[in-house]
Amino acid sequence: MKRRDFIQIAGMSAGAMILPFTSFGESVDPMRLLDPLMDTAEKKKLADIALNTTKSLGATYTDVRIGRYLNQFVSTREKKVQGIANTESFGVGIRVIVNGTWGFAATNNVTADGMKKTAERAVAIAKANSKFQKQPVQLAPTPAYGEVSWKTPIKKNGFEVPVKEKVDLLMATNARALEKGASFINSQIFMVNEQKYFASSEGSYIDQDIYRILPGFNVTVTDKASGTFKNRSSFSSPVGMGYEYLDARPEDKIQSPGDIILYNKSYDIIEDAGMAAEQAKQILAAKSVEPGKYDLVLEPSHLWLTIHESVGHPTELDRVLGYEANYAGTSFLTLDKWQSKNFKFGSEIVNIKADKTEVGSLGAVGYDDEGVKCKQWDIIKDGVLVNYQAIRDQVGIIGQKESHGCCYSQSWADVQFQRMANISLQPGKNDLTPAQMIAGVEKGIYIVKDSSFSIDQQRYNFQFGGVLFFEIKEGKIAGMLKDVAYQANTQDFWNSCAAICDKRDYRLGGAFNDGKGQPGQSNAVSHGSATARFNGVNVINTGRTI
Amino acid sequence: MAILSKEEAKRILEKVVALSKADGCSASLGGQDRGNIRYARNTVNTSGEDSNTSLSVQCYYGKKSGAASINEFDDASLEKVVRRAEEVAQLAPENPEFMEPLGPQTYGPDSKTFSESTANIKPEYRAQVAADSINPAAAKDVTAAGYLEDSKGFFAIANSKGLFAYNKSTGVDFTVTMRTNDGTGSGWAAATHNDVSKINPAIISKRAIDKAVLSREAKAIEPGKYTVVLEASASADLVRLMLGMNARTADEGRSFLSKKGGGTKLGEKLVDERVNIYTDPWNDDVPAAVWAGDGQPRKKVDIIKNGVVANLFYDRYWASQKNVAPLPFGGNTIMEGGTASVEDMIKDTKKGILVTRFWYIRPVDPQTLLYTGLTRDGTFYIENGKIKHPIKNFRFNESPIIMLNNLETLGKQERAVTSEGSPNAFIPSMKIRDFTFTSLSDAV
Repeated sequence: MKRRDFIQIAGMSAGAMILPFTSFGESVDPMRLLDPLMDTAEKKKLADIALNTTKSLGATYTDVRIGRYLNQFVSTREKKVQGIANTESFGVGIRVIVNGTWGFAATNNVTADGMKKTAERAVAIAKANSKFQKQPVQLAPTPAYGEVSWKTPIKKNGFEVPVKEKVDLLMATNARALEKGASFINSQIFMVNEQKYFASSEGSYIDQDIYRILPGFNVTVTDKASGTFKNRSSFSSPVGMGYEYLDARPEDKIQSPGDIILYNKSYDIIEDAGMAAEQAKQILAAKSVEPGKYDLVLEPSHLWLTIHESVGHPTELDRVLGYEANYAGTSFLTLDKWQSKNFKFGSEIVNIKADKTEVGSLGAVGYDDEGVKCKQWDIIKDGVLVNYQAIRDQVGIIGQKESHGCCYSQSWADVQFQRMANISLQPGKNDLTPAQMIAGVEKGIYIVKDSSFSIDQQRYNFQFGGVLFFEIKEGKIAGMLKDVAYQANTQDFWNSCAAICDKRDYRLGGAFNDGKGQPGQSNAVSHGSATARFNGVNVINTGRTI
Repeated sequence: MAILSKEEAKRILEKVVALSKADGCSASLGGQDRGNIRYARNTVNTSGEDSNTSLSVQCYYGKKSGAASINEFDDASLEKVVRRAEEVAQLAPENPEFMEPLGPQTYGPDSKTFSESTANIKPEYRAQVAADSINPAAAKDVTAAGYLEDSKGFFAIANSKGLFAYNKSTGVDFTVTMRTNDGTGSGWAAATHNDVSKINPAIISKRAIDKAVLSREAKAIEPGKYTVVLEASASADLVRLMLGMNARTADEGRSFLSKKGGGTKLGEKLVDERVNIYTDPWNDDVPAAVWAGDGQPRKKVDIIKNGVVANLFYDRYWASQKNVAPLPFGGNTIMEGGTASVEDMIKDTKKGILVTRFWYIRPVDPQTLLYTGLTRDGTFYIENGKIKHPIKNFRFNESPIIMLNNLETLGKQERAVTSEGSPNAFIPSMKIRDFTFTSLSDAV
């Protein structure tokens, strides 16, 4: 789920929400974001102080995460720069097992003295908590990797790009939208860099440098006479890339049905803003949908969120076991369904993988936040539920010996726990383009980009909206619709999956800030798919008068 | 050093402001101590405490401003953070909407946002809350999952024009979900207050256990339009959706408060005439700071009066453009209630549905304020004044504006805990006709 208590920045995809900066680091000069601050030799020395301290106090396991989290955020509206924020948060989190019980403590005092005191505090908390412990923590084994490193394979570091260049790009974006008839536009570029050093009592010292970027906007067109307005959000995706995502390479533009342009691994924000203004006007004038059953053709920029909510969350093992029962909820994918080895989650063409390695994705890292090397694994195979997402202290519960490597903490100050990996629908095996798919649909709707979303606490019943809706009549696009939302049961929906386009159409969408836990933490995750067809889905009309 | 007194905070802030050589300078100082305990599967998972104090400084030259923050308070650190804010301001582009800070303000008396009993919560209290939840659950073949968080903190601001304001507050939030071990029943209950002595987690836990047991083996009924009795959490979860009554978006024609032909719905009837919603920092059931974050004084202000839009919120920039007085968002929301209990409203219902709470509420159409979401953790069918049986959960598609036009009865007010937080609101339970449920959910 996406938390409401995060600040939502207008114009980003529905799934993308931003943590308030005040709680996420100190404001700093942009040049400071390029200062390396501390080298790995110094981090190793400090980490060893913590490891030695906890060992001497009886810890059977310890991990130390020295983290530096940098953000830059540039936001504008129409002809004005609204805000430029640069933040830095630096500190260390120490997690221990004592008496079979977890303890955790964190500090921003990253010195020898700070390490020692925080290590002692983590041990004391574990000892206090062990009084309540009914079952000792058991960690699945993971190899000691020694001193290793990993970096997001970026081509252009966005933090090195002058702020002025970003402001100029957003101003050009806004100008294009206004020129094409937008009444308003809010636009922004948000960048994240996580510099994470992990050390464990098992002998891993892992240095990682991780980058993510989210450019986007929201265009509004108003019609004073009727007192109505419509929004069109940007067709960008948050990605695990550098500033090269904004290079607007022609080879990454995709001419799509409905005469629209979509984007793959490179985004043209100015061009998209112009189209957004024109399309927002078309949405205002579009026909209101007739409710009923339709065959839906769902574009990857839309389908990612349906995958996230209906496949990603219910296959998280901690939800299945009840650890999230009081907030995000549990899951309909109970252990008996997985144990049966024949639970038909979807139709036979539905293959869904979890992945922490896909290049350009938000979830890609070399190692997770408990030192497990990342990998790819099957979740749904030929329509059948075959696995969950689990970390070191829970994977044993489903009889597996190896963590899936999807443990994450949003900062040095928060304790790491199971978070969603990239969960992606694999493309179809036979050649099929979206245009060919639409040609085979008698009565349907082609839906582009995510918008409204809601799903129950066990992930059975969902409702999704979208940004652009095209009516399909006898194999042809027959104009734009509005007031469209579809409702379905997760298992019925995935069993109605009748066709999936081939790998040429495979693209990633994603959520920059997916919320979970109490107190809440945020995670970034991508979901890939090709355009897919779902037969006979219930569509409702969301038009109302107040 | 998380909680500073008014005098200590003033001393640090005045020193910071005096250090600045910019055209002007504003500074804020805040600190918080928090503690929590989280349990699930009838055992404690995590518990902890954290503490943080932070100083933020904003300096400006003309309409160029820059900010920096720090959590160290020696003289060298104070100097460093001011210089950094000045450097960032020099580099910043002009913001035409920048407003100079306010001069000294007069505030009303302090409100009761701080409670000693909450400030004195110890880890033993948190452990007892968990035990009082887990033990009775286990005795009834029920599994408890819950979360308690308490906090105490302060916030103070000062600027180079001589303004100073200070407030300290406490809060405690408790939520618990009880699930029957056969997987067919689930109940939820919650409480929040500034003063921990005003809530009783053991009673809350018992209420959730009873709901879980009563909700076992729910039957499916057809979706459609129903009369609903909304417990206070459920009604608050929908009422809160209409409270962002921002003048600027309404003036710009992109709000549910924008009017056909231009202009806003200010002064027009929006909902049933029995609906009265206002903000008042001195309400003891739901107190708020007597000043807003930018230093403007807060006062008692009507938002909806007898069903009519009484005020829209203006930030200082937009107020200056429209030549009206600024009106900051209130720190709380109070909706007037009636005298009927939930039981009274059930007794008075021939055919309807009792809703404990809603879940995963998200916007569908900002034009009409249409939202979708689901019922959760205790949904029951009412027939001839009595709860007949539990029913499967429903998805709804409804607008709070339509809902408050279909008002039947106002119940008693409660301090609201909604599906995703505590909005500092005091909202009544209510009975509504023709509430729109659009599909069934199998979720328990």
